[in-house]
This record gives sequence, C-alpha cells and structure tokens, in this order.
Amino acid sequence: MHNMLINGVEIEDTFAEAFKMYAARIIITAINRKWALEAANKLSGFATSIIACGCEAGIEGEIPEEETPDGRPGVSVLLFTMGKKGMEEQLLNRIGQTVMTCPTTACFNGLSSPERVKVGGKLRFFGDGFQISKLLQGRRFWRIPVMEGEFLVEDYFGIQPAIGGGNFLILGETVEKTLKAAEKAAEAARSVKGVALPFPGGIVRSGSKAGSRYKFLRASTNTAFCPTIRELTKSELPLGVNSVMEIVIDGLSEEAIKQSMKKGIEAACIDGIKKISAGNYGGKLGPFHFYLQELFKQ
Amino acid sequence: MNEIVLRPKMEFDVPVEAEVISPDLFKGKPLEEIENLPVFLGNKKMPLKDLFYIEGDPSMEIVVEGDLSRVKKIGYGMSQGKIHIKGNVGMHAGATMSGGEILVEGDAQDWLGAEMKGGLIRVKGNAGHFVGAAYWGSKQGMDRGIILVEGNAGNETGKRMRRGLIAIKGSAGDFLGMGMIGGTIFVYSQIGERPGAEMKRGSIVLLQENCSTQPVLLPTFTYDCTYNPIFLRVYLKTLMELGFPVKEEYIQGKYRRFNGDIVELGKGEILIYEPGV
Repeated sequence: MHNMLINGVEIEDTFAEAFKMYAARIIITAINRKWALEAANKLSGFATSIIACGCEAGIEGEIPEEETPDGRPGVSVLLFTMGKKGMEEQLLNRIGQTVMTCPTTACFNGLSSPERVKVGGKLRFFGDGFQISKLLQGRRFWRIPVMEGEFLVEDYFGIQPAIGGGNFLILGETVEKTLKAAEKAAEAARSVKGVALPFPGGIVRSGSKAGSRYKFLRASTNTAFCPTIRELTKSELPLGVNSVMEIVIDGLSEEAIKQSMKKGIEAACIDGIKKISAGNYGGKLGPFHFYLQELFKQ
Repeated sequence: MNEIVLRPKMEFDVPVEAEVISPDLFKGKPLEEIENLPVFLGNKKMPLKDLFYIEGDPSMEIVVEGDLSRVKKIGYGMSQGKIHIKGNVGMHAGATMSGGEILVEGDAQDWLGAEMKGGLIRVKGNAGHFVGAAYWGSKQGMDRGIILVEGNAGNETGKRMRRGLIAIKGSAGDFLGMGMIGGTIFVYSQIGERPGAEMKRGSIVLLQENCSTQPVLLPTFTYDCTYNPIFLRVYLKTLMELGFPVKEEYIQGKYRRFNGDIVELGKGEILIYEPGV
C-alpha cells in the first residue's frame, strides 16, 4: 500500500514512533470557567516536550459543572512524565505553584488507578499546621487555609502507563495554508478523550530529530523536513513544500492516540496541503508504531 | 434477585440479641444452618428459627419484616451485603460494621452505627441517641462510613467520632458531635444544647431548615469568617448522589464558620448556613 489519498492529499506509507510515559489527570475547578482555564493554562505551561520541560502537559477538555466533584466549572489536564518519581515532583511543583496560587480553584484527581503519587498530602504543609483533612468514601482531601479562603486538594493522584509522541507532519505549499490545516488538525485531534496536545495551540513548528552534530545536545532540528535547507541535506520534502508543521499527541492509550491521529489527519487534508508524513527514528525510540495508512483501514 | 426473608413469629416482650442477622454470618450457609444460628431472647439462648420465620434463598441480601424495635444488634459488625429492614429496628443496628448497607424503613433505636468503620446505613424514620457514637469507655466512635437519617436523631449524635459522615434530615438533640475527633455531621434542622462540646477536630454543619433562631454555641467557639467552603460542595454532591435531599442553595451558599472547642484543641468547626448572604 503506497498511494493513499485523502481529499487529494497523499498519506505517506510511514509511521509515527511513540514511547512509554506515565500520565496523571488533574481536574481543576474554580468559581467560573475563566479561572479554571486560567489555572489549567498555567499548570500546563512550559510543558511542551520532555526534552527540556520535565514533563509534557495539555488541556484534555472542559468539564461541565454537573460532572465535577464540587459542582463548579472544571478543566481536565493530562500531564505526562517518563517515570513515577518525576510525576510526583512535577505535580507537587506545578499544582503548588499554579493551581493553589490561582484564585478560587480546587484540584482533584481524575484517574482511578492502583498506582498513585502523593500530592495534597505534601502540599498540606503549606497550611502550617492549620490544614484540615477530610476523608469521604475512601478519598482524602486537604483543606489548606489561604488568604482568599481555602484551597481544596486531593491527597493522592492516580497515575497510569501512557504513551507520548504520537505525531504526524503536515507538508504544505505555504506557511499560511499549512498553519490553517494544522489548526484544523489540532482542533480535531484534541476532540478525542484521553489525549493532550502539549505544544502551543497543539502545533509544533520546530520538530526535532534525535541527536546532533554537537555532543552536548540530545536533539536538534529535524533537518529532513526543514524547507530552507532542502538542498543542503537529505531532505524528505518534495518540491513545492515550503512549510511543515507537526501535531504531537500524548495519550492514555494506543486507541486514544490512533483515534486522535486519524481525526487530525482527516481535518488536515485541505487545499494547499501536499502530503501527510510522520516522525520516526527507525523504530529505535519507542515500542509504539502508528502506521498512518493503517489508521484508515479500520 | 435472591434474598432471604425473616419475619418475627411473635411480639417480643423482652429484648432479642440477634447479631447473627448479618450477611457475613449467612454467607455460604445452607438454610438449615442459618435457622440454627443462636440468638438470645432475654437471657435464653435459642435457634433463630424459634423466633423468626425464615424463607427464601440464602443470599447476601437479608430482608427483615415486621416490628423489630426490641431486636438488637442487627448487622452488628457486618462487612458486606445488604440488610433491608421493613419496619423499626432495635438498638445497636449496624454498630461496628465495616462494610455493606443497612436500610431501615422505620425508626432505629439508640447506638445506630456506633463505632462503625465503613459501609452505609439509611434510616427513613428517626434514630435514637448515640448515632455513630463511641461506646462508654471507648476513645473513638464512628471511624469511616456513612449514616443517613431522614428523620430526627437523639442526644450525643457522633460522640467522639473520628471519621465518616452523618447526615440528619431533621433535628438532633443535645451534645451533637460531643468530643469529635474528626468526620462530618450535617443537621438540617434544629439542634439541642452544647453542640461540639469538647470537640478537637471535625465539622458540624447546620443547615437551619425551619429554624427561627440561631443555634446557641458554647462560649468556647469563636467566629472566624463567612464563606462558601468548597469541601462542603463535595460532601453535598455526595449526599445528592446517595439520594439524600440537598437544596441547591446549600451548595452555592455561604456559611458562618466558628472554630472550637478551645477548651480542647480548637481545630473543630461549626458551619452555620447563612441564607441570603
């Protein structure tokens, strides 16, 4: 199977290579949607790539007030790390500095999992001895007195094995057309439950390859897909492609990533897009291989 | 659904001690063995079948029909299954239980859920004194679990409770939450004297339904602030999910917070719903 077209756009016979991660789901509620989103955006800020941010995170979706634990508007954030220890550290720092500090918020665990890390149970010490524990139906919450009132945070957060690095590349004629396709793709991709797109607006303009000519650098620009050096490198870009953008998807399961990639690719196949490809490292990086054309077989 | 049904053979003049009426003790036993489980009528030991008609299939769901006001310790220490009491029930129902569910269609006598450690008790009628309380000499009362009473409760509800949730739809008597160490008590209507006396930690929430006057607190409770506690919203939503009536204004509304009892640790709280704030 080589020549697959969607809406006239070629889907390359290649695969996206993804790797194992751990995930947590953080439910943030607040007095209104604005402040829940404010905290969620801060929590998932500077969390684009595990390469330099310590974690990857993104907003999974908004939660209507009737579905949140405290009946207020909520936002779900998925946060991914390479290991459990890193997860506890990231949750502790990020919830402590971005959610607890944000007016009116509360913070709840959104994953029931036998594996969990202590978060509220450590943040509670900020209460300086005036923190209050509440145990309800097996879930412990901490009430930490703060100047605005009280910050409610759950004791433990469930974590589970997850997948990071699901991706596809959008190869377009112009930067404008490529960005338009990438925006549509990101919107469609994040409509699937159980995934987060950690990069700005869900889009990466500076995709990377593993390694570099410099020994101190673990990753460097994805030269094969940079249009300005097409003739200077072993390029993957056909003539007429003048801009490439990547959609990166982290997810709680293979199925969620597959669905998200499929929806995203379908949405990206619009006028001005030449080809959809994917980033892989020859199968050496991670055990999960998402073959683009196979996404559309089912 | 499989269930085993018990009906009293007589009106009991003296108390019956029937802690064997428990899913844990019925589990896996043939009907003949269940019929011969020992109970006490007064000080006389006799098989269960001498006092109750027993029908149905041995099961984890036990239905008891009739007036059981003098039958004590039903569901005492149970850890699983369900007991459905279609009538009133005597003292110590569900005391020390750690799991499962008890539903009482009528009233419950004293010591309902005393020192319980888990599970759920629902009473459609009233409950007596010492709901979820510590027994005399015990250091702590209820420690986890939920007790929902749709009527009124007597004195010393939640005495020395440590964890768990008690909700009383009606009124409660004197010494509500006396010596509480933790946990949460909701009372929808009036309360008696000295609520929270000697409490160390824990939350007493007064919703003030049909109350023309404010509750009188001990002078060892001091006012902190008026606010909407977020943790209460979680509790009230849980009560709603359990089918207990909760008005929207209780979720959205403001509460006056008093901390006490400062003759003890002083880290307990009484939250009083403040309509219209």
